[in-house]
Amino acid sequence: MPIYLPIAELSVNLWLLLGLGGAVGYLSGLFGVGGGFLLTPLLIFIGIPPPVAVATSANQVVASSVSAVYAHWRKNNVDFKMGLVLLVGGLLGSSFGAYLFSVLKRLGQLDTVIALSYVLILGIIGTMMMAESLKALFGKPNAAQPVGRRKRLHDHPLIRALPFKMRFRRSQLYISVLLPVMLGFVVGILAAIMGVGAGFMLVPAMIYLLGMPTAVVVGTSLFQIIFVTANVTMLHAVTTQTVDVTLALILLIGSVIGAQYGVRHGARLRGEQIRGLLAALVLTVAIALAFELVWPPADPYFLETGMQP
Amino acid sequence: MKAALLLVILVCGLAVGEAAAQATRNAPRGPAPADAPLITDLSSHLIAITSSFTGTELLLFGAIDEPGDIIVVVRGPVSNAVVRRKGRTLGLWLTERSVSFDGVPGYYAVVSNKPLEEIAPEPLLQRLQIGTDNLRFRHLGGEPPPDMADFRRAIIRQKIREGLYHEAVDAIDFLGPKLFRTELSFPSTVPVGTYRAEIYLIRNDRIVAAQSTPLFIDKHGIEQQVFDFSRQEPGVYGMVAVLLAVLAGWAAAIAFRKR
Repeated sequence: MPIYLPIAELSVNLWLLLGLGGAVGYLSGLFGVGGGFLLTPLLIFIGIPPPVAVATSANQVVASSVSAVYAHWRKNNVDFKMGLVLLVGGLLGSSFGAYLFSVLKRLGQLDTVIALSYVLILGIIGTMMMAESLKALFGKPNAAQPVGRRKRLHDHPLIRALPFKMRFRRSQLYISVLLPVMLGFVVGILAAIMGVGAGFMLVPAMIYLLGMPTAVVVGTSLFQIIFVTANVTMLHAVTTQTVDVTLALILLIGSVIGAQYGVRHGARLRGEQIRGLLAALVLTVAIALAFELVWPPADPYFLETGMQP
Repeated sequence: MKAALLLVILVCGLAVGEAAAQATRNAPRGPAPADAPLITDLSSHLIAITSSFTGTELLLFGAIDEPGDIIVVVRGPVSNAVVRRKGRTLGLWLTERSVSFDGVPGYYAVVSNKPLEEIAPEPLLQRLQIGTDNLRFRHLGGEPPPDMADFRRAIIRQKIREGLYHEAVDAIDFLGPKLFRTELSFPSTVPVGTYRAEIYLIRNDRIVAAQSTPLFIDKHGIEQQVFDFSRQEPGVYGMVAVLLAVLAGWAAAIAFRKR
């Protein structure tokens, strides 16, 4: 059944969009990632113009995150205090990122930076997570555990010495508030440049850098993604005017349902299993994007119409 | 809205007048035939884009007084276009250069009963921008680069792939010596705006008669309202989009809790 999208200005099959939304929503509930890094390339792949794909993904990630956060909140798996501290850094970082975005655009190197940062960041994070979760899953439990713990960054003496300590009861942490603010800031920059909620970067950083328990990480990351993606949606609605509400609504019908199943199935998996699966997903996307960079394109010329030159 | 439509019709009327004047200039001298040499019309002058729009076809039909060759040109609204070229640097395919153009029609179709070069001389085709090779895009910003033609060709190639540009040399059906018809197809990605269909009757390398008729492609109903809302009140539109997303997420979560 085809449906015409008023802002994207083309017609797409309704069931395809519902299925796409459902699949991305499921992964979002399972891993605590917004799913923007999957949805945006998939939408572009089915023919949605890239600016519309970026802006509309942000809008639909708001919905799937709200749906999943509610489920996590009922399981008491959201550290709201940590989420708000991250958000402060995130809003500052995304503002700075938006400024960098315009500078790079003026230099004419935006495409290159976006493509390379996707491959590099996804590749590094995916490899690190995969190595860690494989060790946790298949390593000798008694011998590997103490070595693995000492390697974690949040136990480093320099990080323990940072000032402005704050107690995060839900995460069972007493750490410097500077850490989550800086983390939010860096992730916010990348989120603005890459046009995603950046949950796939936040989740591993919260585990390895802050030392939060995996169960709380997912709900907390989703909580702060709601606000970051709401902000991105607003910015795009006003500046690029490429948010397609019809497309977002169809996607979110699929994704809010998918997210509920994702949260349920996630509860049955162990922390290192979730991390291993997310690592595999992130690595797959990284390899697909790297392939696109290395493989000669069918036509080296690309056309964008209706854009400001 | 009504005033704008009226203005559009007026402008199109002028365009028809201009084409007709051109036809008289080009017409061979001699006694004018009693009947008009060329009468044409479209099956519809308005394409309304609704939620079930998947592209459409229009019928263009007409009559001529004596045998001759027919060229039909349909032009859509023009806009800017940026063409980027990827090149290999350190083993990676990255954007190398980009060239901007103006005056790129969003839709362009040429339909004729014979190859264009057999119907009319090259200068005539060039002057009237008939045929994708004769489309004139304006280069934007500074000196045109020496390889601008490659970038220009890339636009046409891409538009043909998307079904937005179309050239057919044997696509006019003659029903007897005087009546003709042809189908024009529009994919779902057609840009909205005012289109113009030009019909030329050509005999012995000369335009004997020409007609120009407007065609409006517009969003309709809810599609139109959503689009207008996003352009007129972008801030409110963004807030509504976020609010809808929050409510939908919340509603789904509650619906699932009860089960």
